[in-house]
Amino acid sequence: MQMAKEKIDALDKKNVPKQPNGRVPRGVKVRVENAPAIFKRLMAYVFSRYGALMLVVVVCIFTSVFASVQGTLFTRTLIDGYITPMLTSGSRDFGPLLRAIGKVALFYAVGIAASYVQNRIMIYVSQGTLRDLRIEMFRHMQGLPVRYFDANSRGDIMSMYTNDIDTLRQMISQSMPQFLNSLITIVSVVISMFTLSLPLTLITFVMTGVMLFASGKIASLSGSYFVRQQKALGEVNGYIEEMMAGQKVVKVFCHEEESLERFNELNDQLFESANNANKFANVLGPVNAQLGHLSYVICAIAGGAMAISGFGGLTIGKLASFLQFNRNFNMPINQISMQLNSCVMALAGADRIFSLLDEQPETDEGYVTLVDARIGADGTVTESEARTGTWAWKHYHKADDTTTYQKLAGDIVMDGVDFGYVPEKMVLHDIRLYAKPGQKIAFVGSTGAGKTTITNLINRFYDIQDGKIRYDGINVNKIKKADLRRSLGIVLQETHLFTATVMDNIRYGKLDATDEEVYAAARLANADGFIRRLPDGYNTMLHGDGSNLSQGQRQLLAIARAAIADPPVLILDEATSSIDSRTEKIVQEGMDNLMRGRTTFVIAHRLSTVRNSDCIMVLEQGRIIERGTHEQLMDMKGKYWQLYTGLAVSS
Amino acid sequence: METIRILGREVREFKRPSILTPIMMVLEVVVETLIPLLMASIIDNGVQKGDMHHILVVGGAMVLLALAGLLTGVLGGKYGALASAGFARNLRRAMYERIQTYSFANIDKYSSSGLVTRLTTDVTNIQNAYQMMLRMFVRAPISMITAMIMAFLINARIASIYLAAVIFLSIVMFFLMGRVTKFFQQVFRKYDALNESVEENVASIRVVKAYVREEYEKDKFTKAAENIYRLFVQAEKNMIMLMPTMMATVYTCILLISWIGAHMVVSSELTTGELMSLLTYCLNILSSLMMVSFIFVMVSMSTASAKRIAEVLTEESTLRNPEQPVGEVPDGSIDFDDVDFSYSSDSREMVLKDVDLHIRSGETVGIIGGTGSAKTSLVNLISRLYEATAGTVRVGGHDVRDYDMEVLRRQVSVVLQKNVLFSGTILENLRWGNKDATEEECRKACEMACADEFITQFPDGYETVISQGGTNVSGGQKQRLCIARALLANPKILILDDSTSAVDTATDARIRAALKEAAPGMTKLIIAQRISSVENADRVIVMDNGRIDGFDTPENLLKHNQIYQEVYHTQMSGGGDFDLHAGAVREAGEAAGRLALDQKEERR
Repeated sequence: MQMAKEKIDALDKKNVPKQPNGRVPRGVKVRVENAPAIFKRLMAYVFSRYGALMLVVVVCIFTSVFASVQGTLFTRTLIDGYITPMLTSGSRDFGPLLRAIGKVALFYAVGIAASYVQNRIMIYVSQGTLRDLRIEMFRHMQGLPVRYFDANSRGDIMSMYTNDIDTLRQMISQSMPQFLNSLITIVSVVISMFTLSLPLTLITFVMTGVMLFASGKIASLSGSYFVRQQKALGEVNGYIEEMMAGQKVVKVFCHEEESLERFNELNDQLFESANNANKFANVLGPVNAQLGHLSYVICAIAGGAMAISGFGGLTIGKLASFLQFNRNFNMPINQISMQLNSCVMALAGADRIFSLLDEQPETDEGYVTLVDARIGADGTVTESEARTGTWAWKHYHKADDTTTYQKLAGDIVMDGVDFGYVPEKMVLHDIRLYAKPGQKIAFVGSTGAGKTTITNLINRFYDIQDGKIRYDGINVNKIKKADLRRSLGIVLQETHLFTATVMDNIRYGKLDATDEEVYAAARLANADGFIRRLPDGYNTMLHGDGSNLSQGQRQLLAIARAAIADPPVLILDEATSSIDSRTEKIVQEGMDNLMRGRTTFVIAHRLSTVRNSDCIMVLEQGRIIERGTHEQLMDMKGKYWQLYTGLAVSS
Repeated sequence: METIRILGREVREFKRPSILTPIMMVLEVVVETLIPLLMASIIDNGVQKGDMHHILVVGGAMVLLALAGLLTGVLGGKYGALASAGFARNLRRAMYERIQTYSFANIDKYSSSGLVTRLTTDVTNIQNAYQMMLRMFVRAPISMITAMIMAFLINARIASIYLAAVIFLSIVMFFLMGRVTKFFQQVFRKYDALNESVEENVASIRVVKAYVREEYEKDKFTKAAENIYRLFVQAEKNMIMLMPTMMATVYTCILLISWIGAHMVVSSELTTGELMSLLTYCLNILSSLMMVSFIFVMVSMSTASAKRIAEVLTEESTLRNPEQPVGEVPDGSIDFDDVDFSYSSDSREMVLKDVDLHIRSGETVGIIGGTGSAKTSLVNLISRLYEATAGTVRVGGHDVRDYDMEVLRRQVSVVLQKNVLFSGTILENLRWGNKDATEEECRKACEMACADEFITQFPDGYETVISQGGTNVSGGQKQRLCIARALLANPKILILDDSTSAVDTATDARIRAALKEAAPGMTKLIIAQRISSVENADRVIVMDNGRIDGFDTPENLLKHNQIYQEVYHTQMSGGGDFDLHAGAVREAGEAAGRLALDQKEERR
């Protein structure tokens, strides 16, 4: 559906440069509109499912931070409370120290337990959330109209299931708890530092400010080079992809030198920018570390001076503890700024996921359903509980509260149908056609004339703007979509098969089909012969859209799949790809078998199909310009005659 | 090991930064280890003794050390970036150069997407791993060892606790890591399968909806997602064991040292400052250990990439230029003398069997036959794209193996079945055939290939830019451009491998007529599905299952050759393509549509 894709404006996607490992380095500005709202929605999503568990997690984080702060404070207690007094008093009673160590050990144990519980719970929370999101995305996506899939590229949709979900996993399971942990640590460390020494705390703050400023500067430098590196990487990759795909042509034209020349140019550019980007990113760590040391030294000198002069009541033990806090303080600050970036990144992904979930699903206001039916001797149709092989439309009339039954026959009428993928641009104009049950209607005309579009309307993949389509006399808008589609068979130009056995692929047309029915359908489609020659026959696994089969074989399977569904109406888009005459003959026979006795709409590419049709519609620019049987149209000496004889002038 | 040696060669001019990086990192470690030592001295000799002078002196030394650490750290970062980015560049270049020497057989061995992965993702993996190695691989163990030595220098009894802890943690991590990686490999395989099934669903959404299988698909996916969830939970449960083990070890060490240290300080075997330093080293040692195990995982993950790159670098081209090559193709005659051919040397299944074929210079020869009858394999031997397994292929009387390959390929122009245009203008694409061709010559070739008529319809004519993969021209237009490109080489032999399948019959006929008129001396081989394409050839080869079933004039074949008759009658009695007649109109319509789109984009 190239056309629809071109006609509907694709969603505007923000391209976020990513590093190979999926992390965005600091300094690259990722912008998300309305981040707080998305964050709130994401949190609501998590908390509505795992609210209670999350509360436990928060408690655990508090506990473990508290325990680790207690542990750090122990250094002071050890020196000031036990060692120094023992040194000065000369006492050798280690009993109190043992008790203190026991107490701290308890704290540590609690801390470890808390952080283990937290991690354990977070597995269920993050994996559970992702599972729920994935399932919800998929289920919702199944309900979206075909238009959505035409308007969005497969790559964009897939990247939500892979990249966006992956970044979310990182955010929920790592960034968020770490963020919280860092925040709590900072607060508790700051409080502890204040209690130890106000002047030293202020000195630490100043040094942290300097550090943040410096690392911010470096990060933004690195970020700008990083963007350049991504651009260069994109260019090199693009060139490699193109040249590798065309490598045989390069060989045929002895173009190796030229190909290499351009590659070297791009490769050198990439080297240049990669070198710069990595250089600044690498420098960031040492700068922070050494500024941290500097802060440590300054505090040590100032603290030492204070301890000697006794200023502010600073003891050696307090100073030792403070210096440890000083080290502990810089780490969470760096961590927060790192987590912040990956959170923003994840929010961009969450934004895309939520907008998928917000897409309007296909609406269905149809109420006419397809039911098993029995036809009485007098021609009356009654509903049946059991499978009868006969179907009828169950039509409830609200006006007089009656229900009528209409036998499913396959009579299709289009009356004055107008359609456009976008309202401003109509693709089909005033299409009128009548197909009696069992008739074969062929559409011919140049590409872009609107042939494929017509087939999208009968099964309501798209809704028409004006006019009416009637199925057995019922407006298709009144028929429940699922029932309407069940009564239509469709064989598309591009064959799509699923990763499953041949048997399962055919059975896709009728899930409860017996093995016998599958064989019968395959025989009808002329597919039985080749299937039996496959290594595992009907149990052969197909992979990657049936890439282990030839084009012709794939088509035969698609025909068998339609045959087993046994619909009264068939929509066929003949394949144009060139397959050799022998295979083509087999496919053709399969198609003919399938069409027998069914109302068929066929976008014809083969001469025989066209000639054997009951009515041929010649389409041009969305209008039917000629209609009739082959003989009638040939007599008219119009467009069809031109196409058929190949006398059209090429220009 | 072999892999490392092959990759290692490509470090080339970046040996210096590659050596300097770890040195700088080691110096940085030394600095970082000395700082806690000076710290102890400040407390012991400065603060406790009330010696402000000592504090200032040692503090000053610490500031200098921090500055030295800054310098080495910055230099280490700089050299590391240079070495790894340079190494990656050399690897890419070496592979790309190597690939240029590949024969068709080599290219077939790796798919083109396989080569792209090696050149892109794999190189990036190696680049990251290399930088990591240079910066951390030496640094982390050294940091651990120096800290350990310092600890031993301060107090051997206490330091032995560290040694025990390190051994204990190493063992635990070794087992846990092994388990975790195995679990995760499993998970990610399943995860990939899940995503592939989503992709399949998205691609086939019309089939899903046409058969009303939404609920079925939902159930299928839900089950798979639940399964993935269970696997992930399993794997992560194993992973989170690492943290508590690490923490428990660290804390046990701290408490043990506090207890033993307190005793020693009291009995004057240890000073308070030394005790503090020991506590600092504790974190240093154990976090370095974590780092080492992390590097280990990272490097082992990149070995797969390294192997794949080494494969490309060591792949020998299956074709070689002769020592004293023939530098001229005398004429366009082609001879196959009892040729057998198979794509792989060890396979007994011959693709071509006992082919004996003699084509005169200047002849037009059609080739028909079903899929898999080896039509393409046959013509690929002529310009030595592949090499005959047995027998001799001669062009202009000489064995193709005696020619300089470039000479041969310039004189035997093949229009491949799966052909590509490259991003660039039409003119640039045409000049692949002959880089010195004037615009006039290009126009002439295009006229012959019936391409001029649509090129001049484009607003930019011959300067129209072809997008990557040639997506902005129709299939038929692409084929005609490819024919023109081949014609520009002005070859003695032109091979069209199903090159007009998307061109309508009338245009196809006109191209053939133009070729006949403009280049009567050129030997032309035309592979086609359509009988009309070979009807007017001097002679037609009928291929069947790797053998030549018939080689005669079309008239005689129609009389005597069963396969030819079969194909002829199917196509003439209405089994043919209606669409191909409609091709001309379609082409015009497509071209107009595409132009409109292009213009729209330009306006944007």
